[in-house]
Amino acid sequence: MDALLDISGLRKVYEGSGRRVEAVRDLTFTVESGELVCVVGPSGCGKTTLLKCLGGLLAPTAGRVLFAGKPVSGPPPGMALVFQEYGRSLFPWMRVAENVELPLKQKDLSKARRRELVADALASVGLADAAGAYPWQLSGGMQQRVAIARALAYEPDVLLMDEPFAAVDAQTRADLEDLVRGLWRERGITILFVTHDIDEAVYLGERVVVLSASPTVVQEQLKVDLPDERDQLTTRVAPRFAELRTHVYEQIQAAKRGKADPAGGKADAEPADRP
Amino acid sequence: MKGLNAALGAAGLAAFLALGEVVPRTGLVKESYFPPTSRIASALGDEITDGAFWSALGDTLTGWAIGLAIAVGAGVVVGVLVSVVPYLREATASTIEFLRPIPSVALIPLAVLLYGTELRSVLLLVVYASFWQVLIQTLYGVQDVDPVAEETARSYGLGTWARVRYVLWPTALPYVMTGVRLAAAVALILAITAELVIGAPGLGQQIAVAQSSQAVPEMYALIVVTGLLGLLINVGARTVERRALAWHQSVRGEVAV
Repeated sequence: MDALLDISGLRKVYEGSGRRVEAVRDLTFTVESGELVCVVGPSGCGKTTLLKCLGGLLAPTAGRVLFAGKPVSGPPPGMALVFQEYGRSLFPWMRVAENVELPLKQKDLSKARRRELVADALASVGLADAAGAYPWQLSGGMQQRVAIARALAYEPDVLLMDEPFAAVDAQTRADLEDLVRGLWRERGITILFVTHDIDEAVYLGERVVVLSASPTVVQEQLKVDLPDERDQLTTRVAPRFAELRTHVYEQIQAAKRGKADPAGGKADAEPADRP
Repeated sequence: MKGLNAALGAAGLAAFLALGEVVPRTGLVKESYFPPTSRIASALGDEITDGAFWSALGDTLTGWAIGLAIAVGAGVVVGVLVSVVPYLREATASTIEFLRPIPSVALIPLAVLLYGTELRSVLLLVVYASFWQVLIQTLYGVQDVDPVAEETARSYGLGTWARVRYVLWPTALPYVMTGVRLAAAVALILAITAELVIGAPGLGQQIAVAQSSQAVPEMYALIVVTGLLGLLINVGARTVERRALAWHQSVRGEVAV
C-alpha cells in the first residue's frame, strides 16, 4: 500500500533582502495511514517550514510532497493543521462552536450534520460546555483543545500538529498529550506531530523521525516499541522509555555537532527498517 | 466613581450655562451680540414649535446620512480592494496621500459650478471629506490581519471571499468603526458648512438667514442644535461600536484566565 504522506528530497530555501536561508536541505520520509509519527529536532531546524510545506502553505524549493498519491500544491482537503499559537489561530470574534464550525462551511454538509460534527468534536476534547464561550474566556489549555476540536470536526485524513503544546504549562501539557493519544487510538486518524521535546516525541509516537540541525536532513528514524497503552506515570519511568529518550537525545546532540549517526546508540535502539 | 463623574460633568455644564446668563446681563459683553442663556433657550423653544425648523433639520440630516453612507460604503470597498489586489496599494499610495489633504471646503466653488444649491452639492463635500477617514482606517485595519489566523484559514481551504468575510473583515472592523465615527463627525461639519456657504436648504442656511435678519438669539439657538446633533451622533456611533465589537480587547476589558 502506498504511504499516505510521501515526502522525498524536500528542500526549502528562503530568499529575501539579500539573505539566503536554507531552512530544510533534504528530507525524505513517509507516513503510513493510521500512524502517529513524531518529528523531533533541535530548535531552528525548520520543523515549522516542513509542516507548512506538507500543508501546502509553502511551496518547496525542490523535492515533492505526495498526499494520498497526489502532489500537494495548495492546502489539500483532508488535511488539518493545529498551530502552536492557539491564541492567534482561533478567531476571537467567533464563539467556540462557530470557530469549530467555520471550516465545515467550506464542505458540502447539511446544517444538521455540521452541528453534529461540532458537538461531537467538542465532546471528545471535553469541552461540550464551552460551545457558547469566546476563546479568550478560556484558559490556554482549553483554547488549544478548541483548536484540536476544530481539526477533528473537519474529519481530516491526516492531522498535522506544529508544537501544539509548547506554550502551555507542564500539567496541561501532560493532559493534552494523553488526549491526543486517546483520540488517535479511538478515531484511527493519522497524526504527524512536530515537537522539540524529546520526551514528548517518545511518549506520543509510534515512530520518531529525528531531524538534524540546519541544514536539515533526516538524522534517524526510530520505532518506538513501547506498549500501546501508555500513561504519564508508568510509561515515563519504564526502562525502555529511558533508553529510547536517551538514544534520541544522543542523536540530537550528534546532529548539533554535525555528525551523522555516531556510535549507533548504546541504548541498543533499532532504527526502523522502514524508511 | 461613575456617579461622581456624571455629577461633576453636570455641575460643570450648569456653571457654564450660568456664566452665559450672568456675563451678558452684567454688561461685560454686548447683549445684542451675546444674548443670555435664558433668551437663547426661549428662542430654541420657539424654533422647535416651528415647522420650518424641523424641515431644515430633516434636510441637514438627509445630507449627512446619505453622504456618510456613500463615504462609508465606498471607503470600505475601495480599502479592501486596494489591500487585497496585489500591487494596487503601492500603485495608489501616492495618489491617496496627495488627494487626502485637500480640504473639502476648497471644493465649494466646484460644487456650486456643478450642482448649484442642490442636495448634490452638499453630498459632494460631505462624501469627499468623510471618505478618506474611512478609507485610511480600512487600509490600516486590513494590514492588521494576523498571519497565523490567515494561514489557519488557508489551511482549512477557505477561499479568497471566505477569508475576506471571516478573517479580514472582522480584523478590520475595529478600525473601520473608528473611521466611521470620525467620518460621522466630519460629515456633519461639512453638511452644515455647505448649507451655510452655498445656501443649500438645512440648518446651516437657517443660521445664515437668522444672522442676516439680526435674529441673534435664534442664530445661537440653531448653533446649539448643531452642537447637540454632533453630541448625539458621537454617542450613537460609540454605542454601535461597543455592540459590534463586544469581542474586542478594547471593549471586553480584562479577562481572568
